[in-house]
Amino acid sequence: MSDVSYVRTKMLDEMAPPVSQVGPIRWARENLFSSVTNSVLTLLAIWFIYSLLAATLPWIVFSSFSANSLGECRTAIRDAYGADATGACWSVIRERYLQLLFGFYPSESYWRPILALVLMLVAIGPILFEGLPRKMLIFSGLYPFVGFFLLWGGTVWLPVTILLGFVIAYFATTMLGKVIGSLGAVIAAILLPVIWWLFLAGPVAYGLHAIVPIGLVPIESARFGGFLLSIVIGVTGIVLSLPIGVLLALGRRSDLFVVRTICIGFIEFIRGVPLITLLFVASTLLNYFLPPGTTFDIVLRVMIMVTLFSSAYMAEVIRGGLAALPRGQYEAANALGMDYWKSMRLIIMPQALKISIPSIVGIFIGLFKDTTLVSIIGLMDPLGLSTAIRANAAWNGIVWELYGFIALMFFIFCFSMSRYSMYLERKLQTGH
Amino acid sequence: MTALSDQPKAKHGFRLSMLIYDKRYRSITIQIVALILLFTAFGWLFNNAAMNLAKLGKPLSFGFLSQPSGYDINQRLIEYNSTMTHARAALVGILNTLLVAVLGCITATFIGVSVGVLRLSKNWIVSRLMGFYIEGLRNVPILLWIVLSMAIFIEMLPRPSAFRGANATATMYLNDSVAFTNRGFYIPKPIFNAGSSIDVIVFLLSLVAIWFFGRWAKKRQENSGDILPTFWIKLAIFFIPSIIVFYLSGQPISLSYPALTGFNFTGGFHLRNSLIALWLALSFYTATYIAEAVRAGVQSVSKGQTEAAFALGLRPGRTMQLVVLPQALRVIIPPMISQYLNLTKNSSLAIAVGYMDVTGTLGGITLNQTGREMESLLLLMGVYLTISLTVSLVMNWYNNSIKLKER
Repeated sequence: MSDVSYVRTKMLDEMAPPVSQVGPIRWARENLFSSVTNSVLTLLAIWFIYSLLAATLPWIVFSSFSANSLGECRTAIRDAYGADATGACWSVIRERYLQLLFGFYPSESYWRPILALVLMLVAIGPILFEGLPRKMLIFSGLYPFVGFFLLWGGTVWLPVTILLGFVIAYFATTMLGKVIGSLGAVIAAILLPVIWWLFLAGPVAYGLHAIVPIGLVPIESARFGGFLLSIVIGVTGIVLSLPIGVLLALGRRSDLFVVRTICIGFIEFIRGVPLITLLFVASTLLNYFLPPGTTFDIVLRVMIMVTLFSSAYMAEVIRGGLAALPRGQYEAANALGMDYWKSMRLIIMPQALKISIPSIVGIFIGLFKDTTLVSIIGLMDPLGLSTAIRANAAWNGIVWELYGFIALMFFIFCFSMSRYSMYLERKLQTGH
Repeated sequence: MTALSDQPKAKHGFRLSMLIYDKRYRSITIQIVALILLFTAFGWLFNNAAMNLAKLGKPLSFGFLSQPSGYDINQRLIEYNSTMTHARAALVGILNTLLVAVLGCITATFIGVSVGVLRLSKNWIVSRLMGFYIEGLRNVPILLWIVLSMAIFIEMLPRPSAFRGANATATMYLNDSVAFTNRGFYIPKPIFNAGSSIDVIVFLLSLVAIWFFGRWAKKRQENSGDILPTFWIKLAIFFIPSIIVFYLSGQPISLSYPALTGFNFTGGFHLRNSLIALWLALSFYTATYIAEAVRAGVQSVSKGQTEAAFALGLRPGRTMQLVVLPQALRVIIPPMISQYLNLTKNSSLAIAVGYMDVTGTLGGITLNQTGREMESLLLLMGVYLTISLTVSLVMNWYNNSIKLKER
């Protein structure tokens, strides 16, 4: 037998694919130049990116940090980089960034808003991330009072006595329930704290303060400004609107015609008018609706209107969450013999709120952006401050640097929140 | 055996506690209590308001609407001057609101749909670019965009005087017919001379003809399967008759071009910077939301639909038009409605750049001049509510008409 064979006994090595079918070239062919239209689009996009960078990069790099006015800054840039160089005057940010962040908050107290912000992150941590210990929710519940005390200062006893009102309400429902029946307990739980807040809390707080004077320097809301004001208004609006929104959503889904009509009327009214008209109401009209002689400061009035505004949107989001729950959950709660409020509190709401968190974050992003509207009624939020800075003789004519900085700050806040809500949505989706 | 002595007594007669503990009455009780609380609250608020207003000596009255306003509005669609009434000023404002809202909705839809489709494109660089545009714009407040565009127009565009003289530093565009200045944009304005009504009528008739042709072509295609190149025929109907009649009737419509006279441009349309800034900012901002809605809509159509359409031999364009879009529209329309409403409501931010919309007239100058906060704001909210409810009614009707008809 010869060892001649007419068929190949050994497999050939694989040949490398053609150059156009591997690596970046293949990727580019498939993704960038797959057709004529695609190629044109790619080239257009590249040209656009190039011209954008060509216009902005030199402007960002050839900049001045040290000047004290726009004119000085332009001369400095011309001296440094040639006669026709145009660069950014970042000095306006260097000079004003503290103002843009804190407004006219006294500088020796900057630690208070910073601490309040850090504690706020701690407080919302357990709500947003499941992994954190549940015990932290107690702190979340206490945080509004801590935050109020840190930001506005004054005596520590005021938030404490206000908090006591809620403690009274809690004991009224748990203790009195056995004595005077559940309905009586509910009425007592509403009436007693209101009486406490209206007539007793103030004197008690001042009495306690006279005995044990603990407190911080009080700072009136007129000094709040910049991103501090935006965050305060946005966070207060969202936090306060959550319970109102829950009630409105339940009311809108209720079988009771009158309750449903009231809720629908409120929600559709608020959603039908722009926020700015509600802010006009806050700035010019709200005092008319209160007993003659009552006045309170504009930031508080704005917060009330913003809360009403966002509670309507909140109600719609929570209604969506309620509708998304399978019917079986309602039926199971009924089958266990729970009454309406018990089933809502223990079965329905925890699930509905969990589903709604991404949308609630969405509302918060919208509300946070909408806080800029308060500049129209004369509050010093970042945009209001930017108008003031541009009216200043030294910085008259500055556009990009100032608005760019404010836009970047807003972008960082809002983008990270929207990424978080997307992450949450993905996480929630795996449940099905 | 003991007799059952404690048999439940027959329930008759009405006890007061049944109002709370009997399911039959409880709902009525709750509703009546809610009504009483509501009326008490309203009564308290109205009483306070009446007392406060009486103390200030301005009881509720809408008489100020018929008084002369005494202020000018530079951007207007209807005849108006400062001797006319506040009501007329408010009407000018309403029309301005509607103008910017309609313009904004049209451009926002156009930009939004293109961006949404491009965002889905397989072209990596283009879809990334669109992603940057969407995320970059929507995460920054709309008011900032409005104020920024206004600031750019005022600071960056040349003054009208820069166009003058031999060594002018600024030039007009499009054959000297368009000028961008820091006082506004000047564009040519059509002037309708005698005899132009024929042209207009022919143009309107050709629009009607296009509509009828579309219907006829569709019917024909459904009956015979023949497909006509409708787009080109429609384009021809749109242009050709009007142009022929235009030249036959002796060119009765001419353009008035803006020209520099003295310190400013005259002739042509003067579009105020405030209108343009508001319009651009609103459109580009709202477009990002529309783009996301479009993307979500197109992605909601399952891939099997596209593949089935390809298997039937439809070309990509027709697949999009006949299979994907009709299904995607059902998902796209509801968020689109709310974006249109948002745009209309956001147009109230015009007051930040001095565009005289209804917030600027009724809720701004009229309010400040007459001191009638209550009446002005009530009317203002009424206007916006009416607009919002009308838009959502119309769009919901449209949405119902394209909804999946399940049988």
